[in-house]
Amino acid sequence: MGSPKYPGFDTLSLHAGAAPDPATGARATPIYLTTSFVFKDSDHAASLFNMECAGHVYSRISNPTNAVLEERIAALEGGVAGIAVASGQAAMHLGLVTIAGAGSHVVASRALYGGSQNLLAYTMKRFGIDTTFVDPRDLDAWRNAIRPNTKVLFGETLGNPGLDVLNIPQVAAIAHERHLPLMVDATFTTPYLLRPFEHGADLIFHSATKFLCGHGTAIGGLLVDGGTFDWQQAYEKTGHFAELCEPYDGFHGMVFAEESSVAPFSLRARREGLRDFGAVMSPHNAFAILQGIETLGLRMDRHVANTRKIVEFLTAHSAVESVSYPELTSHPDHALAKTLLPKGCGAVFSFEIRGGRAAGCRLVESLNIFSHLANVGDAKSLVIHPASTTHFRVPTEQLAASGITEGTIRLSIGLEDVDDLIEDLARALKAAKKGA
Amino acid sequence: MLLKIQDHDAYCYTGGKPFDPALPTVVFIHGAQNDHSVWILQTRYFAHHGFGVLAVDLPGHGRSKGTALTTIKAMSDWLLALLDAAGVQQATLIGHSMGSLIALETCAKAPGRVVRLALVGTAYPMEVSDALLDAAKNEEQKAIDMVNIWSHTSIAHKPSCPGPGFYVMGGSQRLMQRISRQNPEKVFYTDFSACKAYANGETAAKAATCPVLFVLGKRDMMTPPKSSATLIKAIAHGKVVQIEHCGHALMAEQPDAVLNALFTFSRQ
Repeated sequence: MGSPKYPGFDTLSLHAGAAPDPATGARATPIYLTTSFVFKDSDHAASLFNMECAGHVYSRISNPTNAVLEERIAALEGGVAGIAVASGQAAMHLGLVTIAGAGSHVVASRALYGGSQNLLAYTMKRFGIDTTFVDPRDLDAWRNAIRPNTKVLFGETLGNPGLDVLNIPQVAAIAHERHLPLMVDATFTTPYLLRPFEHGADLIFHSATKFLCGHGTAIGGLLVDGGTFDWQQAYEKTGHFAELCEPYDGFHGMVFAEESSVAPFSLRARREGLRDFGAVMSPHNAFAILQGIETLGLRMDRHVANTRKIVEFLTAHSAVESVSYPELTSHPDHALAKTLLPKGCGAVFSFEIRGGRAAGCRLVESLNIFSHLANVGDAKSLVIHPASTTHFRVPTEQLAASGITEGTIRLSIGLEDVDDLIEDLARALKAAKKGA
Repeated sequence: MLLKIQDHDAYCYTGGKPFDPALPTVVFIHGAQNDHSVWILQTRYFAHHGFGVLAVDLPGHGRSKGTALTTIKAMSDWLLALLDAAGVQQATLIGHSMGSLIALETCAKAPGRVVRLALVGTAYPMEVSDALLDAAKNEEQKAIDMVNIWSHTSIAHKPSCPGPGFYVMGGSQRLMQRISRQNPEKVFYTDFSACKAYANGETAAKAATCPVLFVLGKRDMMTPPKSSATLIKAIAHGKVVQIEHCGHALMAEQPDAVLNALFTFSRQ
């Protein structure tokens, strides 16, 4: 026997979790648009309900199409299990509430997507889960924010909106010193550009709506368990995570950490979280996201290549005040990005147009190929001017605290011919400048 | 369930129900660099269908304390001590890979205490290549990767184990890494060395008088079906079940087929 090797990324993107359909021979993963699955007999039914054998019962808990997606993302991330849910927000919620409850505390980066910030700052707080937000670049702030009731540290692999690169190895080390897991939102990077488990993260979630789906056709979220965090050891040291390490009355006294030595988190997230919160992904959406993942590597290479050329163009343009992209030496995380993101820093970035809010509005209105909308990670190029849209009501001083100015423009670079995109931007920048 | 064996805590998973020694006992014994969780589906089913289940973590593995034992004979002695501590006079022994050798040796040592013997993914002699042994000693992660890749026939297990959404190869890799982290004293190398050195297999097999079942993966690269020929020949009354589309990680790759073979056998 020679030295064996695991399948490569593109092979996993096409095959992990999927085999020809045993019932029909269908090569593509079928859309199992069914609520429920017939039991062979009463014993089979009881065994499925009691987790004595594997299978599907009801599509809120599991579904064959969703399972292919879940196993594929777990394989691509180098994890042990995936859970498909209705949106990225649902994935984040499921990740948090599986291990945190009333009285718990979260330490989170302050450079977050607005929806994540809202969930932590306002909504989870209403359910008794407090969050301390920290500058993601300030390692001491992470360390000092941890309280006795902290259950998880959380950040984005590339933060919003300044593309702060999360120092996963260092923040994970801080978490692990205190027997806490690190959860990351890896939406902007996808497993093609960065595999956070390899750097110390323990839980990952994606808004699969973005690059994983890649075509702007489906809303979905994926929560991935690295199987890296030793919940039992943490429980013995700190008393935390009794949810996983003590009998759970809600499931016949099951002790998840006894059932699975490496994936008790996933067992509880599915058996409690999907069952009770019910934020399930439609199999139709799972299919759409699977189609996207099949070409993820090819698309991300093109996304990044186009982005690099546009960053270069904008950096040299007289109407542009600044460009924030970690591959630029001017970015504060340039060195870290070279270590963690050698294949590229994604395809979403911001730049500052001279002329403030009015120039920003004119630019957005003058673009032809870029679509003006509130999304990222589409095959089509997208643009948004936060000061006139998502942050319309936010006072200027608060915008600044979020790293946004009145001239900030966020682009999500798609797969079009890059020369056409540059021409579109050049024309729109000229129009924006003229109107000044 | 924790028992005190040879001055150390020994952990047994009991299938999600309290262990009842009054029921027929089935003991599940994992293989090298593994723990009780490799049997998760089968053990839950047995425990909820009339059996008392003891799925052990061998010393130095999983939740059991102490250092890993260095010979199959020592592991067999430990298992008999565990039966004593659990108040079990007789049991069905089901072992996977290294665990199958422990079960076989225990049967030879105390035939009166073994009512049935199921050898899953077994081989004798249990050869371990020099490359794998060297990796286990000097580059444990490489050994983990070798065993993980060689033990699985697919990257798409349906309906997966322990359930939908779990990536079987990822789970297997993490479990072996976890065992390494919990016990840095080269457990893999110790286990492999014990397997390779075990020399009493044919004699033990010839002495076996209880019902014996061989459960083999047709595409097993770690212990190919032909490598169990010596044992099968020595146990003329043994029954052989070969499982399709299955490698060495039988319990995860084909959990239903393995359960069916083991449960049918155990109820006879």
